This record gives sequence, C-alpha cells and structure tokens, in this order.
Amino acid sequence: MPNPIPEDSVGIVTPKSQHFSKPLELECGKTLSEYDIAYETYGELNANGSNAILICHALSGDQHAAGYHSSEDRKAGWWESSIGPGKPIDTHRFYVVSLNNLGGCKGSTGPNTKIPGTDKYWGPDFPIVTVKDWVNSQHRLMQELDITHWCAVIGGSLGGMQVLQWSIDFPDLIKHALVIAAAPKLSAQNIAFNEVARQAIQADPDFHNGHYLENNSIPRRGLMLARMLGHITYLSDDSMRDKFGRELREGKLSFGFDVDFQVESYLRHQGKSFVDRFDANSYLLMTKTLDYFDPASECKHDLSVAVSPSTAKFMVISFTSDWRFAPERSREIVKALLDAGKQVSYVEVKADQGHDAFLIPIPHYMNVFHGYMNNVYEDIL
Amino acid sequence: MRADLAIIAEWIKTGTSILDLGCGDGTLLKHLRDNQQVNGIGLEINEQDIESCINEKLNIIQSDLNEGLQAYFSDCCFDYVIMSQTLQATKNPEILIEEMLRVGQQGIVTFPNMAHWRGRLQLALGGFMPVTKSLPNHWYNTPNIHLCTVRDFEALCRERGIRILERTVVDYTHSRSTLLMRFFPNLFGEVAIYRICRADQINNPTEN
Repeated sequence: MPNPIPEDSVGIVTPKSQHFSKPLELECGKTLSEYDIAYETYGELNANGSNAILICHALSGDQHAAGYHSSEDRKAGWWESSIGPGKPIDTHRFYVVSLNNLGGCKGSTGPNTKIPGTDKYWGPDFPIVTVKDWVNSQHRLMQELDITHWCAVIGGSLGGMQVLQWSIDFPDLIKHALVIAAAPKLSAQNIAFNEVARQAIQADPDFHNGHYLENNSIPRRGLMLARMLGHITYLSDDSMRDKFGRELREGKLSFGFDVDFQVESYLRHQGKSFVDRFDANSYLLMTKTLDYFDPASECKHDLSVAVSPSTAKFMVISFTSDWRFAPERSREIVKALLDAGKQVSYVEVKADQGHDAFLIPIPHYMNVFHGYMNNVYEDIL
Repeated sequence: MRADLAIIAEWIKTGTSILDLGCGDGTLLKHLRDNQQVNGIGLEINEQDIESCINEKLNIIQSDLNEGLQAYFSDCCFDYVIMSQTLQATKNPEILIEEMLRVGQQGIVTFPNMAHWRGRLQLALGGFMPVTKSLPNHWYNTPNIHLCTVRDFEALCRERGIRILERTVVDYTHSRSTLLMRFFPNLFGEVAIYRICRADQINNPTEN
C-alpha cells in the first residue's frame, strides 16, 4: 500500500460475509440449500437509503474492487481507478456494494468451499450458475443490507452483462444502468476461446476431474495456459506491439524453446500469478456462465423485447480496440434499447488498450463516467 | 442561441420526439427539452461536445453521422430529424437526407447558402473561393465538402420526391428574414433552413 494512502482511495477496507439459509433455486434446476456471499462496502448509506450502488465484477474479478486490505497489501482493488473519494464512483457521495459472485473463489460459496454438512469440497459438483442466478443472489444480499433500490448498477465485461440482467429482472429496483465493455451474448469466437481455456485446464494431469483439492494438487499448468490465452484477448495488437514489440529478454535469441521474447515472459508471469489467486473450477464455471448469457434467447432472439421491461436510464460505453467485446457488440445493446424506446447514451472511447481499457483511467472515458455519475447523484438529491 | 436554431425551435411542436444529427454541445436539445418537453437524442462525434451533452443530462450517441443512422435507428422512430449546419460536411448528403426521412416523419435541414451575394462577389471579382462568416475556412482546410445553394437544394428535393413544408433564410445579424431575403433568398440568405418530408407521406401527425 502506498504510504500515505492517496486521498482519492477508500483506504483500508474490511471484507464482510453474509450467510443465507433460505435456499436459492438455480436456472439449471438445482438448489443451493444455503450459501455465503463475500462482499465489501465503501462509503455510507444515506438517511433515505437512496445512494446505494452495486458493482458487478467480471470473469476473474471479486468483491475487492477498491482500497487495500492491510498496510502490507501491495495492490489495490481491481477498480481502484474509478472507485474512491472524488472518482467517478465517488465514495463521499455513494454507498458502494461489491460482492464475490456465487461460484467464485474469494469467500463466496463456490467450488473451493465445502458442501454444507460435509467435509467435501464442492469442486466440479458445484452447480453451473448463470447471470440470472447471480442477479437473484445479489438481490438477496441487497435485501439483507436493507437497500430498497440501487441508484446505479455498474459493471464492465461480464459485469456489464449482470447490469443488463438487473435492468430486465428487477426494473423497479435500478435507476441507472452502466454497461461497460459488454456484449448482449457471446459470439462463436468468444465461446471458442473459452473452450480452449477449459480444455487447457481439464487436460492438466493435476486436474483430477476437478477433484484436485482432495488430491492436494492444483492444475497449475492448465490454469496458467487458460489465463495466458485469456490475457491475449484482453489486450490489443497495438498495445502488445507498444508494450513489447519484438523485444528480447536476454538481448539475443536462444535458439531453443525457452523464453526469448518479452511478451512470452510477460504472459508466463500473468499466468503464474493468476494460479496463486484463482481456482480452476471457478474459472471453468465462470466461462460457462459467460457462454450461457443470452437474455434475448427467451424472447425469440429479439433483444429489444428482452430489454423492454427496463425502466432504468442506460449509459453504454465501449472501447475502440476491444476485440473481445468489440464496439459492435455494445452497439447491438444500444440499438435494442433505442428500439425499445429506452433512455440511453452511448460512448465509444478511443483506446488502444483492448478489452482491459475499461479498467484504465482514459481521460475521455473518465470525463464521461464522471459526468454521468454526477447526474446519478443529482437524481438522488 | 444561433439564429437558425431559434427558428428550428419555433418549428418544432411541444411534446414531440427528435433526433439531432451533429448536435454539438446540445444547445438545441437542451432548449427543446427544457422549454418544449421534447424527448430528444443527439448524434455527435466530437469528444468534448459529447462530454458537454452528458453533463447536461442529454441522451447522446457517439457516432459518425454517415453510419449512425443506419446502425441505430429503425423506420419512423422520431417526429423530427434535425441536421443543422452539418449537411455540407457529410460524405454523402443525398443518402443522408433519404435516411433522415426514413427515420423521421419530417426533416429539418440548415446549411450555409453558397450563393449568398458576399460569396458571389468574392468569387466573381476576387477570383477566390469565398471565405465568409458562414464559411470561415479556406478551400484546403474546410470540412465543408458538399456545399450547395438554395436553388441546388430545392432541385435535389424536386428530383427525389421530397416536399418542402417550410423554408426560411437568415443571416448572422438577423434572426428574422428581411424583405430582401424573402424575395431573393438565394442572393441574400446566408443560412437556409428547410422543413421537409417525403412527398408520398400521408397522415403525417406532425403536419401543420
């Protein structure tokens, strides 16, 4: 943690957890008899309870969106760029709730937690949860926290999909929906990448059909490969060229199969560090959740019909060099919202950082984000 | 507010829906929302203008006009589609006008009149491409790639089966047409303002 703590950081935050004993029925037909949700909050709920914001995390995100867990913590939460005093999601103004989704691996019930009443890990037997299930579980947490409505639900990537689902499933409980770097459903190419990632994990001899925890092993190579592949899709060709070019690590070619280029070294590092912080079964599950997301499928594949229940105002943001969820995919969302007669603004931010741009404080993006959040705040006054 | 915008605002009925193409900082949209309960949305490409629109709580789509209409809007989803001082800077005005009248019941177009006497004088006597208040750029740095005159525009409308519902011309010092402008619009009008619809359009709810 930087010392002193920057003024625009929420500083030290305490992880919280909520136990739920009321069973949660899932879309797959199974039921979670009881479960826990790990979450964090930043800022204070105001007297009339009108300033609550829900943050939805992406594939490899978690509840730790901002601040530091201790003074030894090296890295801040994943959306430190946008959450904190004076930042777009201003914690002096808003009460921010960020949670770890079910099936995750950071404290919420998921594959790396134990099946209630047993000493066995869920592992591969944890039911496949969908974005709709997540939204339902987030709604349960909302009730526990005595929050009557969200003045905004905000998320990027898979998080943006949850925002869209919120606006459809609980239209009366959400005033503003910020859908960032998202898509209305995955393309065949997106699913293909996810499948290769899953194959990499499942083909690892240490995977043990998902029962690796009982076998005291971790499918390191598989999860690392999956992350390396994923990471390539989060960057753009240009940003990789700018960052690494064809720079050599040792200054000369090795004429072997070890690391020659900086980009190889970087990817290996990304993959390795991911293994230490993420669970392979969770990764499998979350990629499936992504693949399954398609709210229009229940409405004869007409997204404008799917979003018709929404009453929220929408802010949709995409990034020009994002090829994982390209601007075209955001435009589909915008078109559907316009066809359904919704209030919507759309900004396509010039950025060369690829999909990851949504985490980076690019000036135009931040100005738009800030401006929009000012409006959200004025609406609650 | 700019003279042409003030006239557009007068033409637009209370409580209608509009799309403003190239809406700039949203002056017109804001005026119409605050004074005439108009439900509007803007299309704009300039980052600063977009930020201004968002700060004013206006609905805005960041998009190039040439593709935006096709990409986002279904047939007849607005009462009016407005394009003020932008037509002459678009790649394909002909298609854009058609698109305006596909998406809206009516179109409102304003453009600098190339045949204004000041420009004519500069070209006829000086032999230079006109540089005037309404056309401040030189030929080599102008965004205005499709300039036209009042007569040109009306000829295109005739050819394309577009009905002119209303026309007025103004200059930068008067927000009203003077007598000269009314009798000789192509000579004395600096800015031309048209309200148009498709000639085959029937049951036009916004028709006066």
